[in-house]
Amino acid sequence: MSELLSANVLTGMLNTMLTLATPLLFAALGETFSQRSGVVNLGVDGIMLLSAFGAFYVVLTNGSLFLGLVVAMLIGIAMGAAMSFVSVTMKAEQGVSGIGLQMFGLGMSSLLFKVMVGTVKTVQGFPRVRIPLLAEIPFLGPILFNNNVLVYIAFALVPICWYVLERTTIGLAIKAVGQNPAAADSRGINVDLVRYGSVCFGAMLAGMAGAAISISTVNLFQDNLTAGQGFIAVALVYFGGWTPVGVMFGALLFSVANSLQLWLQVLGVNVPAGLANMLPYILTIVVLTISVSRGKAPAALNRPFLRGEN
Amino acid sequence: MKRRAFLVSLVMLMVMVTTLAVAGATSEAEADSEVFRIAVVMPSATTDTAFSQSMWSALVTVQEAMGGEEAVELVYSENMFIVPDAAAALRDYASQGYDLVIGHGSQYGTIIEDLAPDFPETAFAWGTDVNTFGLDNVYAYTAAAEQGGYVNGVIAGLMTQSGTIGVTGPVEVGDARTYVTGFYQGVRSVNSEANVAETWTGSFSDVALMTAAAQTHILNGADILTGSSQSVVGSIGAALEAGDVLWFGTQAEQTTLAPDIVVASQVYDWSMMLMEIVENAQSGVYGGESYILTLENEGLKIAYNEGVDVPAEAVEAAEAAIAGIIDGSIEIDL
Amino acid sequence: MAYCGCMGDNASVGSKIAISKGVNRHRHDWRELGIRVLVPAAGVIAALLVSALFLILLRANPIAAYAAMVRGAVGSTFGLTQTLVKMTPLLLVGLGICIAFRAKCINIGGRGQMIAGALLTASFALRFGHLPPVVLLPMMIVLGFVGGAVWGFVPGFLKARFAVNEILTTIMMNSIALQLMNMLLQGALMDPAGIEAGTFLAQSARLPDAGRLARIVPRTLLHSGLFIALVMAVVVYVFLWRTTLGYRIRAVGLNPQASRYAGIKVPAYQALSLTLAGGLAGIAGAVEIMGVHYRLLEGFTSGYGFTGIVAALLGWLHPLGLIPASLFFGGLLIGADTMQRAVQVPSALVNAILGLVVLFVSASTVWTQRLIQRFRSQETAHE
Repeated sequence: MSELLSANVLTGMLNTMLTLATPLLFAALGETFSQRSGVVNLGVDGIMLLSAFGAFYVVLTNGSLFLGLVVAMLIGIAMGAAMSFVSVTMKAEQGVSGIGLQMFGLGMSSLLFKVMVGTVKTVQGFPRVRIPLLAEIPFLGPILFNNNVLVYIAFALVPICWYVLERTTIGLAIKAVGQNPAAADSRGINVDLVRYGSVCFGAMLAGMAGAAISISTVNLFQDNLTAGQGFIAVALVYFGGWTPVGVMFGALLFSVANSLQLWLQVLGVNVPAGLANMLPYILTIVVLTISVSRGKAPAALNRPFLRGEN
Repeated sequence: MKRRAFLVSLVMLMVMVTTLAVAGATSEAEADSEVFRIAVVMPSATTDTAFSQSMWSALVTVQEAMGGEEAVELVYSENMFIVPDAAAALRDYASQGYDLVIGHGSQYGTIIEDLAPDFPETAFAWGTDVNTFGLDNVYAYTAAAEQGGYVNGVIAGLMTQSGTIGVTGPVEVGDARTYVTGFYQGVRSVNSEANVAETWTGSFSDVALMTAAAQTHILNGADILTGSSQSVVGSIGAALEAGDVLWFGTQAEQTTLAPDIVVASQVYDWSMMLMEIVENAQSGVYGGESYILTLENEGLKIAYNEGVDVPAEAVEAAEAAIAGIIDGSIEIDL
Repeated sequence: MAYCGCMGDNASVGSKIAISKGVNRHRHDWRELGIRVLVPAAGVIAALLVSALFLILLRANPIAAYAAMVRGAVGSTFGLTQTLVKMTPLLLVGLGICIAFRAKCINIGGRGQMIAGALLTASFALRFGHLPPVVLLPMMIVLGFVGGAVWGFVPGFLKARFAVNEILTTIMMNSIALQLMNMLLQGALMDPAGIEAGTFLAQSARLPDAGRLARIVPRTLLHSGLFIALVMAVVVYVFLWRTTLGYRIRAVGLNPQASRYAGIKVPAYQALSLTLAGGLAGIAGAVEIMGVHYRLLEGFTSGYGFTGIVAALLGWLHPLGLIPASLFFGGLLIGADTMQRAVQVPSALVNAILGLVVLFVSASTVWTQRLIQRFRSQETAHE
């Protein structure tokens, strides 16, 4: 057990934590925007899958990582637009349309993979970028400043998202729409437009989350590559109380727990693997239960806006 | 609103017209009675580089060996992990008169047992299991994964420099479990000092977590990794990124994924067994036997990768282990 | 869940109108029912038309494909029984979803609840297999309910007591149940025959004969669990519309504020609804292993946790509406698989098509509501 506290293990654990947290963070930050505007998008996992395939395919055939990332984002936006059309314009039940989107993404990504690629192939993903000087800091330097570019982007997005939500008129509009769409509407805010924008932006980040798996961590594509991470990301939004910083802590907690359970197994600590596998899920529930602040849900969450009826 | 409705109906009409046109152009081909018809139902995709792929490529081999598409018709249903869906698929194929119907998943046992008595002229095969339910038109098959695991372990035990070897598994059941058991004992037989660490991710499909598990092993000092299930592609990727870590594969040939680091793979080769089943079925023997792929019957093969240098000592030890397993002087404790 | 809220509103308002204008009642109800069936049906057709493009791109004949779909779902005795087999867990999980939604709770934990129920059922049956069926079978069902209810109670309790969001907990509880099952299937519950044979498969021993549900049609998978599901649909209907408890659950969902003023303990009823939802999913798990698999095995729940949600919404969150909805959705799932085999397209296409169907049908609900409103206002105008 004491081995767990050695510097080598701690460095390793924190490193793995960042790798595992990155896709969750992208997707959960995106979902935060979507939910702040009042739309629960349960289709995140499907968006991640299709984008992951798109990014992978571009890198496989074209070799450009940048282009792969852009394609992943575009696929995300397209699927976000579909989600918005169904749930904002058509006022559909968001839980169900999200599940539809997820099924579509799961099926479509596997189908395209089968038809266009056929067998598992690896690609050269985003390389680690060592940030000079900062990476020299003892202990923390190699953990924080020797990652691939998507890890940096994901964590840089946290303050940016916070700033947009809390300090800009766009953020104000998003929150107003999620809190009280009728009031926002009467103040001249285009509710549907704001929701379309938020959902699409969120879906774009979900697309980046997909790319963060297929062309940055595992560097390949396979059926159901995300294995449900999109749903975990949605859960983390509730964990984070709809704030970017809270969401980041959620992603880090979940990932460090996962990293910890792997280390417990590697070091031969006598816990059944199944129990170790449960750790991240149990810990997330427990920590949220005992934490003081829970965050307040946007009042109009999951509620389509019909002018004159709310 | 009206304009939108018009556009929508226009699109629908176009789709319908195209549909009809294409439908008119395609005509259905009649099945030739001379053709031997095989249908297979699998729990994952034919491209999973693991369990389902091993069966699918064996079937393709059999088809080629028997004279191509004119001699053998092959159809499949993949991703049938939901048992009632598989039940429908299997019964559907059987009632369409397929000569050999394969349920390639241990979860399909109950269905095969129900189904086979209704189609006495159809040969059924299912695995991985050894139970033919006492029916004379059911074949059962499985693979003694521990055998190749042992051989892989022997080579790994002799090749490790750091003395630490990592095993990345999904859930400790089925052939993942027997493979790892064999691997562990193989390592131990040649290297009593080596530290063999195991991780189980609890999922057959979570590639990202598998990658993280492999990275954890590497940080812990492992210079050799192995593992089972379709999600090990994640482990292979992690080994590849680390650069100086070697990989041992199982179920299917994994060299193509990482030509520089895969030392050897235990390959399940169902083709000989399938050939035998097909020949039996053609001569009217529809089942009653169970097959176990072993090193002895060459259903299990160790495929070395030419691209990686294996010390002569290790190759010799591996050959000795294979001989020992075949003649029974090496017993693997499951 | 606003629209379920307003659906509920509409339904209750509708029935009040109908009662007050006795004469119009029938015509009104039939027309409304027609709209509620035809509009989603149009959604399905639209989705299938779009999917025809994919089929064409994959060089498959869409007409042959869709003909196979219909044939597979309803075209033969076997196909029909398969549809009913599929319908059974969809209906049970959907009933649970329905109770939870009625109290404004979103239950994504169907999968975990099914597993928890099946775990308890299987453990009991394997230990007490010598009991006569009259005792064993009801016990197994009840334990399935209990297992699932425990798994639903945890999110319910955490929501009521600590305001922890149930979407988070139900998602996490799914994974916990899955790992629990993994653990038991590689340990205490692993089939001794598999250990003996050296296969170590992730499945329990077979359930004793006394613990299996009878097959209704010989040589098909159709089992008497279907009747359990149908009876539960009626029970849930009576519970929600004819008991005080049920009334309060609906009241909580329709208007939490007003319910609170009326002295209803909103959190307690939400916890209750999640517990009951879990229990029903638990029965689905129990019935699935007792009727289809005869053993607990890895992966037996696949998909029903989610497809149950879809079925519930297709059934307008009404226990009796769920019967045709789950029948339809079960048929769609079976038919789509038959289509895949008939035209030999990759099975991934099936998921893509189902996803489109769900998207189109959920998008069509706005028209259902608009049309119903239009008819209502026409009727008021007539008088």
